[in-house]
Amino acid sequence: MRPFELTAPATVEAAVTSPGTFLAGGTTLVDLMKLNVLTPHEVLDINALPLRGIDTSDGLRFGALERMGDIAAHPGVYPMISRALRLSASQQLRNMASIGGNLLQRTRCSYFRDVAMPCNKRQPGSGCPAITGTNRMHAILGTSDACVATHASDVAVALVALDAEVRLASESGSRTVKLADFYRLPGDTPDVENELRPGELITEVVVPRLDWAARSTYVKVRDRQSYEFALTSAAVALDIQDSHIADARVAVGGVATVPWRLPAVEEALRGAPATQESFERAASVAADGARPLSGNAFKVSLLQRTIVRALLELTDGSLR
Amino acid sequence: MDISLEVNGTNHKLSVDPGVTLLDALRERLDITGPKKGCDRGQCGACTVHVGGRPVLSCLTLAATVKQPVTTVEGLSDGENLHPVQRAFADQDALQCGFCTPGQVMSAVAAVEQGVENVREFMSGNICRCSAYPNIVAAVEQARQADATV
Repeated sequence: MRPFELTAPATVEAAVTSPGTFLAGGTTLVDLMKLNVLTPHEVLDINALPLRGIDTSDGLRFGALERMGDIAAHPGVYPMISRALRLSASQQLRNMASIGGNLLQRTRCSYFRDVAMPCNKRQPGSGCPAITGTNRMHAILGTSDACVATHASDVAVALVALDAEVRLASESGSRTVKLADFYRLPGDTPDVENELRPGELITEVVVPRLDWAARSTYVKVRDRQSYEFALTSAAVALDIQDSHIADARVAVGGVATVPWRLPAVEEALRGAPATQESFERAASVAADGARPLSGNAFKVSLLQRTIVRALLELTDGSLR
Repeated sequence: MDISLEVNGTNHKLSVDPGVTLLDALRERLDITGPKKGCDRGQCGACTVHVGGRPVLSCLTLAATVKQPVTTVEGLSDGENLHPVQRAFADQDALQCGFCTPGQVMSAVAAVEQGVENVREFMSGNICRCSAYPNIVAAVEQARQADATV
């Protein structure tokens, strides 16, 4: 690890006016600093900032420093959020990692972590060995010729499905950005992963009220049952009226460079009877536009099946 | 920088580099060697300690950021009287080489305290290269039953 200065600002104002990299749970930052992938000169420990609280009175509001495990355990949180969190990482990491930090975890792959390899994200212009290399875990949607790494957050998939927003603070005030607009596709600049400006800090995550999200879930398909990244995942919610789908939310993970909402699948579900046949027809368009690599073409059909399975979980026992 | 750490009920004043992890501070500065350096990357769980009563990975925690009391495996027993989870690990032969055991025990204590339903899922952040998993699960079950009878 390279030497750095560590300070602990006491207020949000002090934090956003001090130069440096923010440290919350540290589960990504400290790891990447040990590998010399990230080499900040100044680190700001923000854990003393008053960015706490879980409010479920009208929609959901999470202080950015709330830990993943605490949000998962809160009874007022929509099922797709708590399930996505519970299926993430390990219990130790969930005790450490903040919700704000989870959303800012780097879009990354094993080549990004290996400083002996080229990587357009780590060293712009150096090339992407994953595109012709080992790419079983990589993305099939939202990729570019510069980068094919996946965004690994599970809860971000659920939050994008729920139209969540992040509140951001900076020297010039605060602003609110929809999480779906917050993430940037890699394009020619995979080193820029989101809309966060220098010095800007996530202070709060806001989920608009959606009563029918009580019928929601998150399904994660992995190489092993626990403590593993998604091959594919799906966050789904259904509003079922008289055995028909009045409205639907579908977003997927493990397959894309950003948390990936699927409006075409949602549209195909609306008005359809809540049957497996409808789910399969809707899911058949999920991977439209996908660009599979040599090692991950299996994700196309696996993604479709993951969506169907998640939708079936929501209707199992309530139909017919 | 000057920091103070409360470990197993004792306060320690230390001068550390900002990059020193809690794991290295415990092992190299305080000679508290229960927490083990397995992967040093937050992947294996051998370094698990409790901070503020919750299991965390001491290898990914900077010592200078720790404000709450730290408990390591050394802080569990009351002298020669083992903690029920330690007793259960011994009874169930829940180890082979023992390197991962301090971390396993710290996670298992939390599993019992929280009354978790899915032990295997909860313990998945603690890797055992000897693959003593069936006996580790049995140890957690034994400790949970002992806990329920208290």
